Amino acid sequence: MMVDTLHQLLPGFLIPHFDWLMQLGQDTFGGIWPGMVTLVWTVIKIMLIVAPLLLCVAYTTYAERKIIGAIQVRVGPNRVGPWGLIQPLADGLKVLLKEVVVPANADKAVFLLAPLFAFAPALVAWAVIPFNEFLVLANVNASLLFIMAVTSVSVYGIILAGWSPNSKYAFLGSMRAAAQMISYEVAMGLSLVVVLMVSNSLNLVEIVKVQSQGRFADMGLTFLSWNWLPLLPMFVVYIISIFAECNRAPFDLAEGESEIVGYHVEYSGMSFAVFQLAEYSAMLMGCTLISLLFLGGWSSPVGFLPDSILWLFIKIFAVLTLFFWVRATFPRYRYDQVMRLGWKVLIPVCMIWLAVVACWMLSPWNIWK
Amino acid sequence: MEFRTFVFYFLSAILVFAALRVVTLRNPVHAALHLVLAFFSASGIWILLQAEFLAIALILVYVGAVMVLFLFVVMLLDINLDRLREGFWSYLPLGAIVALLIVAEMGLVLGGMYWGILEGDVPQVEAGFSNVQAVGRLLFTEYVYPFELASVVLLVGIVAATALTLRDKRKSKSLSPSEQVFVKAKDRVRVLQMPAEKND
Repeated sequence: MMVDTLHQLLPGFLIPHFDWLMQLGQDTFGGIWPGMVTLVWTVIKIMLIVAPLLLCVAYTTYAERKIIGAIQVRVGPNRVGPWGLIQPLADGLKVLLKEVVVPANADKAVFLLAPLFAFAPALVAWAVIPFNEFLVLANVNASLLFIMAVTSVSVYGIILAGWSPNSKYAFLGSMRAAAQMISYEVAMGLSLVVVLMVSNSLNLVEIVKVQSQGRFADMGLTFLSWNWLPLLPMFVVYIISIFAECNRAPFDLAEGESEIVGYHVEYSGMSFAVFQLAEYSAMLMGCTLISLLFLGGWSSPVGFLPDSILWLFIKIFAVLTLFFWVRATFPRYRYDQVMRLGWKVLIPVCMIWLAVVACWMLSPWNIWK
Repeated sequence: MEFRTFVFYFLSAILVFAALRVVTLRNPVHAALHLVLAFFSASGIWILLQAEFLAIALILVYVGAVMVLFLFVVMLLDINLDRLREGFWSYLPLGAIVALLIVAEMGLVLGGMYWGILEGDVPQVEAGFSNVQAVGRLLFTEYVYPFELASVVLLVGIVAATALTLRDKRKSKSLSPSEQVFVKAKDRVRVLQMPAEKND
C-alpha cells in the first residue's frame, strides 16, 4: 500500500532510488521486510495525525482565551506576537522550564505515569477517526466500539493522579472526578446505542454515509437528515455527556479552582501541563465525535455544495465554540446535582428514546431504510 | 519469521511478564496496574486471532470498568501486607489444587489441538466480515434465552447491591431538588423594617 501511494506522490527522479531502497531492504531482511514497511508507513501516518493535532490543541487554548475574552468584553492574550498568536508556544516553553515537584511520600513511578494515562487515550482514539470517506488511519468495522473502549481508559489517569501523591485532597478530588466520568459514560453509551440502531453499523464512515441519505437529502436539504434532528434528545444527552466526560464547565468540578481542589493539585510544571493537554485533546475528540455522529461529518449541509473535509473542520470548530460559550456563560454545577443529572435525568431519557426509536424503526414510518 | 509471529511473541512476552508481576508484586495498586497491562496484551493477541469484538470488549469491560472498581477497592482498603502473608502455608494446598486444575484444563485444550483431536486452526475470514455483527446475531437468535437469563442474573446483582447499601435507614442529609426549585426568596430571607435609633 505504501509503495503504491509513494509511487504516486514522489517526484519522478526519486522513484528509481526508492525502488532500489525497497529491493535492498527485501534482500537484507527477507520475509520480515513487508511487515517492517507496514510498520514504518503506519508510524508516518500516525505522525501525520498527531503533529497537527497537538498544534490544534495548542491553538485551542488560544482560541478559548480569545473567544471567552470577546464574550466577556476583554481583549484576551495580545502581547506575545501579532494578536498574541505566539502565546501558546510561550506557555508551552514556560511549563517546560518549570520544575516537576514530586511529593516526598509519592509513589514516584505511578505519579509520573498518571498524566500519560490521561493523555494517551485521547490520542489513540484518533486512529479510527475518518476525516473523509478515504482519509482514515484504520477503517475498522467496530470503530465506535473502539473509541468507547479507548476513552474509558482515560479514567485511570485521574484515579492514579489522585492516589499516587499520597495526598488526601488529591485523592478525594480524583474520587469525585472518576465517579463523574463513570456515571456519564453510561448515558453516553446509551445515546450511542440509538445512533448505532439507526445507522445499522459500528463503522464511523458508514454512520456518516447513512446520515447523508433520506427524504430531506433528496430535496437538497441534507442538514435536516443528519442525526441531530430525528435523534434530538440523544444529541442533547450526548453533548452534555461529552461536557461531563471532558471535565469542562459547567461540570469542571475535577478542577474547580475557586472552591474545591481537584485530582491534580500535587502536579506542577510539565506533568500538570500534560493533564491540560489531555483535557483539550479529549475536548477536540468529543467535538469531532459530535460532528461525525450527529452533524453529518464531512457531508455538506445543502445539496448544491460538494462534500468536503472542510465541512468537518467547520463543524468541529462550531461545536468547540459551543464549549467555550458554555464555559463563559454557565456557573459550575454542585457535585450532587451533577450526579443527579447523570443518573436520574439523562439515563432515563436515553432509555425512553431508545424504546421510542426501536418502535419507530419497526413502524411503517421508519425513515432509516 | 513472519511479522505476525513476531507480534505474537512480543505481546505474549509482555503478557507473561505482566501476569507474573501481578502475583509477585507486594504493592496491590502496582499489581492491579500490571493486570491492566496483561489485559491489554491479551486483547492484542485476540486481535491477531481476528476476534476484534472480544478484544475491544475486554478493554471496555475489564479495563474500563472492572479494574477501575478493583483499583477503588484496593486504594480505599488499608491492606496490611504482613497479615496477608500469614496464611500462606495453610492456603497453599488449596491454591495448588486450583493451579493444577487450571494447568489440566489448558493442557486439554492446547494438547487436544496439538494432537489433532480438536480443530485447532483459526478459520481465516474475508476482510469485510464483521465480527460484531456475527456475535450479535448469534446472541439474539440462537442464544437468546441464555443471554436473557444472564441479564436477569445481572439485574438481581444490581438490586442486591442497592438493597445492601440501603440496609440500615440512616438519617442522611439528602436534598430534594424538586422542593429546592420552588423556593422563593421570601422563604429564606426576611426583610425587617426597623425604626432608626435616636441619639439621645
